[in-house]
Amino acid sequence: MVLAWLPVASAHPHRGRHWSSRSQICVIVNTALTLWSTEGSTVKTTAIEEVVNSRMTRTLTEIDSQEESSGHSLLLQSCRCSSQEFCPADIISTVEFNYSGDLLATGDKGGRVVIFQREQENKGRTHSRGEYNVYSTFQSHEPEFDYLKSLEIEEKINKIRWLPQQNAAHFLLSTNDKTIKLWKISERDKRAEGYNLKDEDGRLRDPFRITALRVPILKPMDLMVEASPRRIFANAHTYHINSISVNSDHETYLSADDLRINLWHLEITDRSFNIVDIKPANMEELTEVITAAEFHPHQCNVLVYSSSKGTIRLCDMRSSALCDRHAKFFEEPEDPSSRSFFSEIISSISDVKFSHSGRYMMTRDYLSVKVWDLNMEGRPVETHQVHEYLRSKLCSLYENDCIFDKFECCWNGSDSAIMTGSYNNFFRMFDRNTRRDVTLEASRENSKPRACLKPRKVCTGGKRKKDEISVDSLDFNKKILHTAWHPMESIIAVAATNNLYIFQDKIN
Amino acid sequence: MLSKGLKRKREEEEKKEEEGLSVDSWWLDQGHPAAAQTPPPVASSSLFDLSVLKLHHSLRQGEPDLRHLVLVVNTLRRIQESMEPTTSLPPVSMPPTAPSVADSLLASSDAALSASMASLLEDLNHIEDLNQVPQPQADEGPPGRSVGGVPPNLGALDLLGPATGCLLDDGLEGLFEDIDTSMYDSELWVPASEGLKPGPENGPAKEETPELDEAELDYLMDVLVGTQALERPPGPGR
Repeated sequence: MVLAWLPVASAHPHRGRHWSSRSQICVIVNTALTLWSTEGSTVKTTAIEEVVNSRMTRTLTEIDSQEESSGHSLLLQSCRCSSQEFCPADIISTVEFNYSGDLLATGDKGGRVVIFQREQENKGRTHSRGEYNVYSTFQSHEPEFDYLKSLEIEEKINKIRWLPQQNAAHFLLSTNDKTIKLWKISERDKRAEGYNLKDEDGRLRDPFRITALRVPILKPMDLMVEASPRRIFANAHTYHINSISVNSDHETYLSADDLRINLWHLEITDRSFNIVDIKPANMEELTEVITAAEFHPHQCNVLVYSSSKGTIRLCDMRSSALCDRHAKFFEEPEDPSSRSFFSEIISSISDVKFSHSGRYMMTRDYLSVKVWDLNMEGRPVETHQVHEYLRSKLCSLYENDCIFDKFECCWNGSDSAIMTGSYNNFFRMFDRNTRRDVTLEASRENSKPRACLKPRKVCTGGKRKKDEISVDSLDFNKKILHTAWHPMESIIAVAATNNLYIFQDKIN
Repeated sequence: MLSKGLKRKREEEEKKEEEGLSVDSWWLDQGHPAAAQTPPPVASSSLFDLSVLKLHHSLRQGEPDLRHLVLVVNTLRRIQESMEPTTSLPPVSMPPTAPSVADSLLASSDAALSASMASLLEDLNHIEDLNQVPQPQADEGPPGRSVGGVPPNLGALDLLGPATGCLLDDGLEGLFEDIDTSMYDSELWVPASEGLKPGPENGPAKEETPELDEAELDYLMDVLVGTQALERPPGPGR
């Protein structure tokens, strides 16, 4: 399988452009491979091997025969995953339920969005629980090339956020590092038959043969789910987008990158308002970046953003157009006894989520989850240890870069429980009322359908009991970064690398 | 001419990391029953070297992950402070072509780190300023945001302005037809200016650099030597 590249110097329509790592472009002409230089002349073809090797993780795109032009055609991009267990493009990068919980969207590293829909429960069978089946799959983002910077923009979906449903169609926002797109997902289950001017197969009828008028009738057809991009919000972020959040007014949303937060109107794509800018005048003074941002669930003027230094700032958009000065500043004083070289890294907040009530917010740093009362800035009201046993391994985790992993967290519908992921395909759930917590594993070997998940335990030292797993045996490549909780029911979605697990709470 | 051996570079880097592993294996002693909660007051040099490696690796990315960069630099600063709490380099501005700069830089790894970081950051600032010449605050939001064009003296440097050129129309292809290929062959990122700053003031800022294939010390040398290449005529652009 070969890669598809496109000539810069030609005028062929194309689906995407890709520069090689050597900054030369090659084009597939029919089945031959031709390497074009930027000057438009052909160059030798041996360099293509290197080019191909450098594109180890490209995703599949289709041959689009409609774009053939003067004998040129595009060939498939390929994913060279023979040496790996799975295709890296399938790694799930975001998971999100919609407002009703009937739809579950996942985004992956290859820029695809897969939406699952919950089956309607059969009324006759009381024990039948709605299962989630694939509802729609579409390519949301393609890899792009920024010509001015000579850089490729990853197509990985960083975040998906649903819009509240207003009509029969569903809308969601999906974003990669640079561009946010509004997608409309609509169903079509009827088609019209009996047109006057054309036949059933679409051919135009001879006007002289039309002797009578008829009214077309709607006939059911197999359900077809279509996804179409309705808005593209681009060119507003210099740095990598890490968050998007739909406002409670359902008309605006924010997008945040490392240094800035922009406010958009869903209808307007050619401009956005910058509401937070922490870029210092002199970049040498940069010591802190924005890591996550979210709108308050009820107050449309309130937003929070977290930083790499473990602080959260709450801003009120009514106070000024540029919310550089926060209304509230949340930071827990550092515990001097646990200070280390890695203190700042592990305090970096990777996710911030308001509770459904809007009274609390939750932050996730490397080792813990903290619940904050919005009225108390000095310290969190709750701190839950996710994997405290890793504190003594921080140096190794720094070395293999695991210490930079960004875990997300989520609330359940009633804000009584919170969930977050860990390593070894473990995820943790904390009940805020009973103060109990549990560690569960999302893996195929350890979960049979309909069987309860067995609580797991990590042994930190001393004698390892049966069924416990020691810290040294943990697989740090199996990380659960993305989890989601159904907004009303006890259903959770857990993304383990390239697999999605959906668990339901057993009810007697 | 610099080597373009990406593969070679990675192997070198892995070797270095492996050396770091073996030299200080007690860091990785996972069976240690009562693992220390706090590190020793003075970090071993391998942690410093590891952090420097991470910093360079991060800077070498086309578009570095700013969060990773900031965290590594802040950690490096902490390690540096603990290793040499009294270090304070006098600010020196030297002509980029002076060979003696290389010697004094290489004499102290801290100074070298400070120099390379300072020069990178200063240049990032310089380039950002060039792109924001019309209106410093207007690079976001307002409609018709100007790209700012290609500052003529950047040459091989990447632009750090707003990413407005993500999707080009077909009509702009003609602009690149006569691009001097040698511009794209160059993999050397060169700072526009070089200056030594005291260590504690360092911070991360470089958004992206073309891929650099040299080891740490060689890299510093090339940075110095390569500043001369900046003076060549600019490539075509807007």
